[in-house]
Amino acid sequence: MWQSILKFIQKWFHRFGSPRWFYQTTGKWLPYLAVISVGLLVLGSIWGLGFAPQDARQGNSYRIIFIHVPISVLAMIGYYVMAAAGAVALIWKIKIANMVMVSAAPLGAALTFLALLTGSIWGKPTWGTYWVWDARITSMLILFFLYLGVIALNQAFTSRDTAYKACAILSLVGTVNIPIIYKSVDWWYTLHQPATIKLTGASSIHPDMLKPLIVMILGFYCFYALVLMLNTRTEILAREWRSSWVRGLSQ
Amino acid sequence: MHPTNNSHTGILQRDLLVAIRQGSDFLNPLLFFVMTTTLVPLAVSPSPSQLAVIAPGMIWITALLATLLALDGIFKDDLADGSLLQIILSPKSLWSLVLAKVIAHWLKTGLPITLMAPLLGMMLSLPGEGYIPLVTGLAVGTACFSLIGAVGAALTVALQRGGVLLSLVVMPLYFPVLIFGASSVQRAVQGLEYLPVLAMLGAFFTFTLLTGPFAAAAALRVGING
Repeated sequence: MWQSILKFIQKWFHRFGSPRWFYQTTGKWLPYLAVISVGLLVLGSIWGLGFAPQDARQGNSYRIIFIHVPISVLAMIGYYVMAAAGAVALIWKIKIANMVMVSAAPLGAALTFLALLTGSIWGKPTWGTYWVWDARITSMLILFFLYLGVIALNQAFTSRDTAYKACAILSLVGTVNIPIIYKSVDWWYTLHQPATIKLTGASSIHPDMLKPLIVMILGFYCFYALVLMLNTRTEILAREWRSSWVRGLSQ
Repeated sequence: MHPTNNSHTGILQRDLLVAIRQGSDFLNPLLFFVMTTTLVPLAVSPSPSQLAVIAPGMIWITALLATLLALDGIFKDDLADGSLLQIILSPKSLWSLVLAKVIAHWLKTGLPITLMAPLLGMMLSLPGEGYIPLVTGLAVGTACFSLIGAVGAALTVALQRGGVLLSLVVMPLYFPVLIFGASSVQRAVQGLEYLPVLAMLGAFFTFTLLTGPFAAAAALRVGING
């Protein structure tokens, strides 16, 4: 029984590693995923913006949480998605993993930028300034730099294979460093203790606010998967344009 | 002595010999370090009380930039004259040879910067308590910079204009070193316990020493392809 399971995984692994199979299969998934993510995001937005109770201290301005938190979560997870894809590509030499990794980089950078942007928009009414050197904000900024490093490295090489491997190594080195960076920034922040008030606390959130938030987080997860697939499909077409099946698509 | 038995020290000796004969490998990062530190009183204020506050951070930032500037050359010169390919092709494990290059790089840049730092501390009126953590921290911290930087330098070795890219890629990884290094000096100046912070920096150094050469060796095999 174990052998048949192993064989199935192997077969799936090999098939999934083929860009053509990935392109055709995700093509079937895309419409469903698009409907699910748009549905969840619309439901969550209406629920969160229109029906969730007002915050006692922040009034309506807290409602940006329904965008800010899901984006921040995915911005961080995105780095691990990128690094995991890079590791898979380095270890098993799977072509498609490289393409996923390279596609995850600009997506993650965009999400990190949006997390910083929505955070600073939220910061103005609650903290009184757009920018505070808070531990979480600083870590997010460094994460943004890490993403930009991978994107810049990817664009610098003429050979695609070298670019893929270089990005994989860099994102793995970054992954090893991320916990250290986060801890050091945390420690740096407690050392300096700037006079800011902390108003966010996910643990003390009211259930009526939590439910739409979870819907939004799920919606953003689907949205992330959708955009990652679209990006990867574009990367596949750009890299595999010589192959006959890609040429066949335009005819 | 058979050459392969001692290729590690051989590379180290050769790198240092080349650097001593050229001179600029030692001097240029050091001059950069001194010059950028000179900018601080000119740009901020010559008042000793103000300088004393920012001195720990400024010295650490300029030391970081000086090492970053010299990073590009770790492997690039050897790629140009072909010796890098010989190093990669040699039967010795690549990580130990990469480690030799990193040690040579630290002796060329990190060590002179560390030795020069007390003088710059004096010029920026750093209080007396700050000198011991400054020098020990910089000695360990610049070694971290060289180790981490070697990964970036290896990845960008074959790129024509890799210099700025290298800085962008490597600098985010330098943040913990800068945080621990600069704050150990600040704590010493404020009369707080600074040894735990230096110990943290030492732990980070140990970690990078154990992992860095392997990552740099892997990066080098990829990077030479351009």
